[in-house]
Amino acid sequence: MVMVSTSATAATQVALSDVEVLRIRNDFPVLDQEVNGRPLVYLDSGATSQNPRSVLEAEQEFYELRNAAVHRGAHHLAVQATDAFEDARATVAGFVGAAEDELVWTANATAGLNLLAYSFSNASVGTVRGDAARFALGPGDEVVVTEMEHHANLIPWQELCRRTGATLKFIPIDDDGALRLEEAARLITERTRILAFTHASNVLGTINPVAELVALARAAGALVVLDACQSVPHLPLDFKALDVDFAVFSGHKMLAPTGIGGVYGRRELLNAMPPFLTGGSMITTVTMEKAEYLPAPQRFEAGTQPISQAVALAAAANYLHETGMERVAGWEASLGQRLVTGLSAIDGIRVVGPAAGVERLGLAAFDVAGVHAHDVGQYLDSVGIAVRVGHHCAQPLHRRLGLTATTRASTYLYNTTEEVDLLLEAVAQVRPYFGVAGSGASK
Amino acid sequence: MSALDAMYQQLILEHAKSRSGADLTADEATSMPDQPGVGQCHQLNPVCGDEITLRLELEAAGSQSTVKGIHWHGDGCAISMASASILSELSEGASPDELGEMIGHFRELMRSRGRLEPDDEILGDAAALAGVAKYPARVKCAMLAWVAAEDALRQAVATGR
Ligand SMILES: Cc1ncc(COP(=O)(O)O)c(C=O)c1O
Repeated sequence: MVMVSTSATAATQVALSDVEVLRIRNDFPVLDQEVNGRPLVYLDSGATSQNPRSVLEAEQEFYELRNAAVHRGAHHLAVQATDAFEDARATVAGFVGAAEDELVWTANATAGLNLLAYSFSNASVGTVRGDAARFALGPGDEVVVTEMEHHANLIPWQELCRRTGATLKFIPIDDDGALRLEEAARLITERTRILAFTHASNVLGTINPVAELVALARAAGALVVLDACQSVPHLPLDFKALDVDFAVFSGHKMLAPTGIGGVYGRRELLNAMPPFLTGGSMITTVTMEKAEYLPAPQRFEAGTQPISQAVALAAAANYLHETGMERVAGWEASLGQRLVTGLSAIDGIRVVGPAAGVERLGLAAFDVAGVHAHDVGQYLDSVGIAVRVGHHCAQPLHRRLGLTATTRASTYLYNTTEEVDLLLEAVAQVRPYFGVAGSGASK
Repeated sequence: MSALDAMYQQLILEHAKSRSGADLTADEATSMPDQPGVGQCHQLNPVCGDEITLRLELEAAGSQSTVKGIHWHGDGCAISMASASILSELSEGASPDELGEMIGHFRELMRSRGRLEPDDEILGDAAALAGVAKYPARVKCAMLAWVAAEDALRQAVATGR
């Protein structure tokens, strides 16, 4: 019998181990390949994640056994497909802490944020009926976002403000990539109608204090929209417990295929909101003059839906649930720390976001003095390492950091400590390769 | 030589650092010149944020005109910066037709996925950028300054008459 200290036992319970991760990797066919003569090291899951066999099989099985249009027709396959589609909704809703009818399928997080912004926009024009008026925005109203938003959680609000005459404000960040809460308290006032912010930053890795921000919004009577794109895949969470009004996420970042994502909304809000896309499958009675709409979620699901993708997303949620989100988060937290500590120790590397030792996701974006991110990415690719380079759809954030582009390594449950170390070794070679070792700051 | 080394040749890395012609100021880059025989163009690669503002000036040489100089202001990867630097050196003294031919040949080379051999006679140092053609994602980086030069040249010729 192996003796383990109690603290080590506790640690293995809250996080995956290298041995388990090696086993997990076997479930992901795409990871087993060589790139430029080296084993692929995939460190770009922040952009899109890979699919385990169970997810790929769920999608294929749907097409082989159950494919039909849902919510129409009474034939056998239509019933099977509808069941699979709605079971998937129940599974994914359970995974994120929502009731079934509070989860609306969308193509991805971007589509979800646009659904919300356009619904509010529709509530702001023409003759708005009944409850929808409470979502109307106009001059004098304010929408508050943060300086660290992905463009997906910025531009829809810019456009909503432009259309309605409302004003957009943003909560700034400090030099360590944390939101300045004293500024948030000043900015969120009774004029604030919507507070939209990211749960976790795709660039900084910062995990934002949802409870504090929700409290400020509640006190001001504002609606809270949470961009949970980087949190649903990586952290255990429950939208109800977080007490947000709306949240969005993307399937492809949580082991599922592209083309499927979700909007969570509190039932009474969703049912009061005007629809965004209109057409088939979302109506009760239609005359040549007007239509009555179904309650949520169908209210927001016009047209034929991504059915097999929803089924696959449920398989992904099951895979994550069975692995255990606490343990996934614990593992990635340790990889994140290994990244920051290791990268910061390399000459000429500046990691953005929280310092080593401070909570962050399992990702790190960094600047290499004297070498453009594009060239860094090219070098890493030549040794089989896949990272993302550029502004990561967060130009205002990069401007705030005084950078135009960074290199980002982002991990998931299938990444090993060895892979992080391979990245660190390769990054240490970059400045010597480009002949800038020893020289000053970039640009 | 690995494909990576073929792209990042010493000559390229040196140009990326020394950056010939990169002496247009930020102020000059934001104001359009209003002189005959001068053209200016701004190009941005939204994917990576590489950016260049390039000013091309023609001067009379007898009955003909030639490129007096290309000056630019930019920020980007080694490939885009080296490419602008090389173009700036190459273009000096070229006639508009010669520069047009150079740009055309360079574009063909970049789009060839490595199948075309560069014509050193026409391209000079820019032939060293041939390795980029094997990396389709980087072709835009190499082309950035050349696309800007093509447009600036068109303006300069139009106003120079
Ligand atoms: C924080 C955040 N929000 C939104 C998005 C947009 O996701 P999608 O492109 O899947 O709509 C991303 C993806 O990069 C993200 O990281």
